[in-house]
Amino acid sequence: MSKMHNYTLNFGPQHPAAHGVLRLILELEGEIIVRADPHIGLLHRGTEKLAESKPYNQSIGYMDRLDYVSMMCNEHAYVMAIENLLGLDIPIRAKFIRTLFDEVTRILNHLMWIGTHGLDLGAMTLFLYAFREREYLMDAYEAVSGARMHATYYRPGGVYRDLPDEMTQVKETRWTKGKDLTRLNAWRQGSLLDFLEEFINDFPSRIDEYETLLTNNRIWKQRTVGIGVVSPDRALQLGFTGPMLRGSGIAWDLRKKQPYAAYDKVKFSVPIGKNGDCYDRYLVRMEEMRQSNEIIRQCITWLRENPGPVITGDQKVAPPSRTAMKEDMESMIHHFKLFTEGYCVPAGESYAAVEHPKGEFGCYLVSDGANKPFRTHLRAAGFVHLSAMEEMVKGHMLADVVAVIGTQDIVFGEIDR
Amino acid sequence: MAKQKSQFVSQLEAFFSADRLVSITDTSDMVTLEISPEHWLDVARDLRDQDEFSFTQLSDLCGMDYLSWGQSEWATDTASNRGFSRAVSGEGAGRFDWSQRPQVVFDRDNEYGHPGRFAVVVHLISMEHNRRIRIRCFAADDVMPIIPSLVDTWNSANWYEREAFDLFGIAFEGHPDLRRILTDYGFVGHPFRKDFPLIGNVTVRYDESQGRVVYEPVEIEPRVLVPRVIRDDSRQHALADEATEDGNS
Repeated sequence: MSKMHNYTLNFGPQHPAAHGVLRLILELEGEIIVRADPHIGLLHRGTEKLAESKPYNQSIGYMDRLDYVSMMCNEHAYVMAIENLLGLDIPIRAKFIRTLFDEVTRILNHLMWIGTHGLDLGAMTLFLYAFREREYLMDAYEAVSGARMHATYYRPGGVYRDLPDEMTQVKETRWTKGKDLTRLNAWRQGSLLDFLEEFINDFPSRIDEYETLLTNNRIWKQRTVGIGVVSPDRALQLGFTGPMLRGSGIAWDLRKKQPYAAYDKVKFSVPIGKNGDCYDRYLVRMEEMRQSNEIIRQCITWLRENPGPVITGDQKVAPPSRTAMKEDMESMIHHFKLFTEGYCVPAGESYAAVEHPKGEFGCYLVSDGANKPFRTHLRAAGFVHLSAMEEMVKGHMLADVVAVIGTQDIVFGEIDR
Repeated sequence: MAKQKSQFVSQLEAFFSADRLVSITDTSDMVTLEISPEHWLDVARDLRDQDEFSFTQLSDLCGMDYLSWGQSEWATDTASNRGFSRAVSGEGAGRFDWSQRPQVVFDRDNEYGHPGRFAVVVHLISMEHNRRIRIRCFAADDVMPIIPSLVDTWNSANWYEREAFDLFGIAFEGHPDLRRILTDYGFVGHPFRKDFPLIGNVTVRYDESQGRVVYEPVEIEPRVLVPRVIRDDSRQHALADEATEDGNS
């Protein structure tokens, strides 16, 4: 008689549902997962080691490339760690700008997540919808930093420059002209804040659209309800943070509990789930987008009324203005030293954490007093979440692996670093 | 805030007898405990289980290599009879390749200001008390660093310890599955050690004629664009003086 063997399946690294370069070794008994062994590191670039070989400011750009769908939140943790070590206070306007862009980033991230999660589970339309809205937010990124994704906008001491007073217009081409062109430019007549206000007025109805497609959708519920259930105790043990933790019913949000930037000055609520399954985490993230929308609204109101500096006046860490640099010897020396050598950070260590869209993103910096960090360690939420993959998928069907990967909101830039 | 922290420090001092902790420091962002490898596990367990601490979650664990601590490549405050330092030499990871990597022995007698070369740094969080703590453990041996594994205390330590093993070569005693995690299959060396070259060791490409992937020595030249420099900043002295004055008064 022939003996039955378990089947070993190599899932990824080049699989559309692997969200990048996840290689999963799955041991299957029929269609049931017996063992799952994620192999990561295919995108390992040694960001932390590279950061140790560069002056502090030159690594901000690397942070964008960690979790490349929530760029500015990564920067935020890194610059906060530097600011802690330097004992630097940042202008209040910079705090509000950071809050504003952290929330823009959160929406960007969650849109990407809902798009790909939906696509993985068979909801194609949603992907197109989500990318349509992402486009506007990328334009906001572009308006402040000149780059649609890798902004390098946050700097130790504040943000690089103030919000622009006008938006770039869409130019006429063979494909965009006439009515299309007017529609695309309709929101772009005022400042960036006006543009974002148009967006947030429109966005809740867009979230309603997504919810119409999914929330009561029978197929969606069949694919997500009761899948990947994590109890609150296990979620803590496994190191879950962010929506993964809140989906299990633990109300923990760093924005509320350990407020940074201007989060103590805005009103918002923290949604939590009940059952800890994929569906609850979906609901949590959808509500987070609505809350982010409201935070952006409050930031816009505040930023309109309160002009002021956006970066510290300490010229050891922030560049002087261009005019000062050209007229004043001292400023020119500061400018030269800052961009060639950087600044020395007092010896010490600091751990700064932000509520990143995926969970807690922490930056642990150790300085020995040099112009380069002695050690940088980045705590990525996705790394911890993925380590719980085996526990979450064990006993589920093969198709549910895709749902769990989706619900964990995996991005390999931050996991592999 | 500062008062609350000092209360926490006295709580820690009261609970842990002096032989279980090497030191308690109240650094600017959080309290840091240094623990010897022998007490690493039982102190961790108490930090998790005692109600006054209840650090239920391990948020971060990372390896550290203290080799070359405080070394700069540019002497800025002295000059020899041949002029000022040109900042072109040094032993930073960007300055050598695999064959020239420094064969240095870590000097434990305070040359680098740390009791050992390798350490593990853990950040814990207590959601109940809304508090973080940093705990650190120096490995007893610099050649074969071994530290007990925290996986049984906090399951989230699993991959972090694999990462520290992969990047620093720190072995975690009692870890259920200590494999490399981030580097390539069959990788040689521990890349985040300070004596591992920044440019790496081998490069990989697909070879048409052989019809397979081949490994070759890297072709990049080691180079450093900005020298590492440690400057004596008088403003920091002023800050430090202020801090001690506050402490005395």
